[in-house]
Amino acid sequence: MAIAPGTAPANGAIRTENLCRHYRMGETLIRAVDGVSLEVRSGEFVALLGSSGSGKSSVLNLIAGLDRPTSGTVVVQDKDLARLSREELAKYRLHVVGMVFQSFNLIASMTLAENVELPLRFAEVDRGKREGLAREALERVGLKARTNHRPSELSGGEQQRAALARALINRPQLLLADEPTGNLDSHTGTEIMDLLREFNEGLGMTVVMVTHERALAERYARRMIFLADGKLIDDRPNVPIAAASETSGVQR
Amino acid sequence: MKIPDLAELALRNLRESLLRNSLTTVGISVGVASLVAMLSLGIGLQQLASRRLGKSGLFDTVIVSSRREMRGMGREEERNGPAPGESRVLDEAARVEIEHLPNVLEAYPDIRFNTELRYEDKPHLTTISALPASAKSNDAFEGMQGNYFSSDTAPEAILQKSFAEELLGKTTKLGAPEPNVADLAAPLLGKELTMRYAQRETTPSSPGSTSPTPASPADALASTAYSVVSREQKLKIVGVSDLDPESMRGPTRAKVFLPLKLAESLHVMQATDLREVSRAASALPVYQSVSVKVAKPSQVQTVEDAIKKMGFTTFSILDASRSIQTFFKVLDVFLGIFGSLALAVASIGIVNTLVMAILERRREIGIMKAIGASDGDVKKLFFAEAGAMGILGGMAGVALGWAIGKVINTGTNVYLRSQSLPADNFWAVPWWLVLFAIGFAVLVSLISGLYPAARAARLDPVQALRYE
Repeated sequence: MAIAPGTAPANGAIRTENLCRHYRMGETLIRAVDGVSLEVRSGEFVALLGSSGSGKSSVLNLIAGLDRPTSGTVVVQDKDLARLSREELAKYRLHVVGMVFQSFNLIASMTLAENVELPLRFAEVDRGKREGLAREALERVGLKARTNHRPSELSGGEQQRAALARALINRPQLLLADEPTGNLDSHTGTEIMDLLREFNEGLGMTVVMVTHERALAERYARRMIFLADGKLIDDRPNVPIAAASETSGVQR
Repeated sequence: MKIPDLAELALRNLRESLLRNSLTTVGISVGVASLVAMLSLGIGLQQLASRRLGKSGLFDTVIVSSRREMRGMGREEERNGPAPGESRVLDEAARVEIEHLPNVLEAYPDIRFNTELRYEDKPHLTTISALPASAKSNDAFEGMQGNYFSSDTAPEAILQKSFAEELLGKTTKLGAPEPNVADLAAPLLGKELTMRYAQRETTPSSPGSTSPTPASPADALASTAYSVVSREQKLKIVGVSDLDPESMRGPTRAKVFLPLKLAESLHVMQATDLREVSRAASALPVYQSVSVKVAKPSQVQTVEDAIKKMGFTTFSILDASRSIQTFFKVLDVFLGIFGSLALAVASIGIVNTLVMAILERRREIGIMKAIGASDGDVKKLFFAEAGAMGILGGMAGVALGWAIGKVINTGTNVYLRSQSLPADNFWAVPWWLVLFAIGFAVLVSLISGLYPAARAARLDPVQALRYE
């Protein structure tokens, strides 16, 4: 298996200092993220909680290098993201970060295997190697039989599992999940969360998950950070419910 | 991203919006087709013209005359070079020297004289000129009735159509349709003409130098005196030419042609002889002018320069050929511009298609960026799509243009034949045109892709992901 357990690097940490992201909408200034300072240690499972518009997704986008802060810094693995060029930021997203979204964001015109191997194309991995890695990743999330299906032929849960396989394919140290269960029923959502926990515990990946479901966070996260109006209002450790989901049907 | 991956993704994306991309590609191919059709006709016409003119012998011929003979062509040369009186005599030695110049195929004397020809006991005064065996391929003998001379020494004659008319006692009224050459030739071919001429007979001053053309200047110097004897020569009419092989000579052109070696062996007294002989210290044949065949029209200039250095006056139609070439270059440019217009319109189609694709695939671009695609990857992908449309459109366009050119060519030939004119190929698609057309289509497509590609690359991933 390409993604060997226990190989997480020591410096998977995230550190933000007085992080701000302001937008101007006509005359009004929107402070989506307003002075957030936080630190995530390597191997942590952190939930970012808050209501809609609290800025949790904006923080996640800043950590993911999809967006640049208006002011403040976000340092991941000793790299100040604000100082990276667009090209370097793309490399960072390619190699350091894996992302999953609420709406799965698979490319509809591609099969699952093609979707999963897409980051490897950007990383210029040889074709022969790519196919093997994609197959392994899909096997790990239990979609071995669906490699040649298109996303539209799959259920929501299966699509999200494929998205997870894609996020894993470049063996990132950091897994960022934006409402990963938001479009799923609770049963399927649990399957996805079990996978996240497996990646966190089994592969030692640092997981930062945005959610508005407190119950979900309490069940899986080891730390809960609360945001409101772009500000950090609470940051507390959590003892997750240790038992792995009894409903998990995921192949290992 | 690696190029094969890029190509694969680009083709996949093109397949996704098959109708729209096909229509855009058809647009490009129509543009390329019009370009190819226009240029293939331009090139074909140019090739046709140079083929025709090349066969006419006009463009690979240099006419050399002595500066003493300042008549007719080359008058503008008078002011340059040595004064006419001091220049060299154009004799056999000079002819041999010219023939040995590089790139010269042959140099033959222009033997030309006025004499009396008797046909059915009626005398006809005309100008006669001699033709070398190589003149057989001359365009002027296309459509000739009968045959070319059986050998270079055969006692045979070819008549120009107008002289044939004269022999038959036919006169064409102005405005009346010209008589058919076949009708004129039928009663004349195989008939006999009697040529009466004045022979210049050298008086040998030493035995052993009786050959008509002395082999060396030493022989030539030995014999200086000559006498004039009246002679007759029977000639068989072997051909009647429709066109005029000597059209470039204007009023001095001949109406009857003899084989060159035969004419040389006759030692006909020519107009120049008297004047030359009064000065010449040599008994070598002296020529009024010598025609020089050059291997290629492009070498005419160097050959002319070399002959001028020898002290002779030269004339060629190279300048005329240059202006014809310029004309065709200009024609090609104009045809190319008209052809390119359609391609320019097609390029707007590419821009439109790709800009639409960006709107449609905004989210996809966002996804690709989120999972690690760089601006360059996105840009290259759109570029590759534009390029792929260019290649496909270019190839289809070349095929289409080829077909259009072929149809026009065939159609015109059908028309020409219906007007009882000879059909010819005035359409050509050289391999470089194929490559150029495809290359041009790709270039235009890539230029059209510049803006959409840059726009796609600049897309903000957060915004793009939010887009539904």
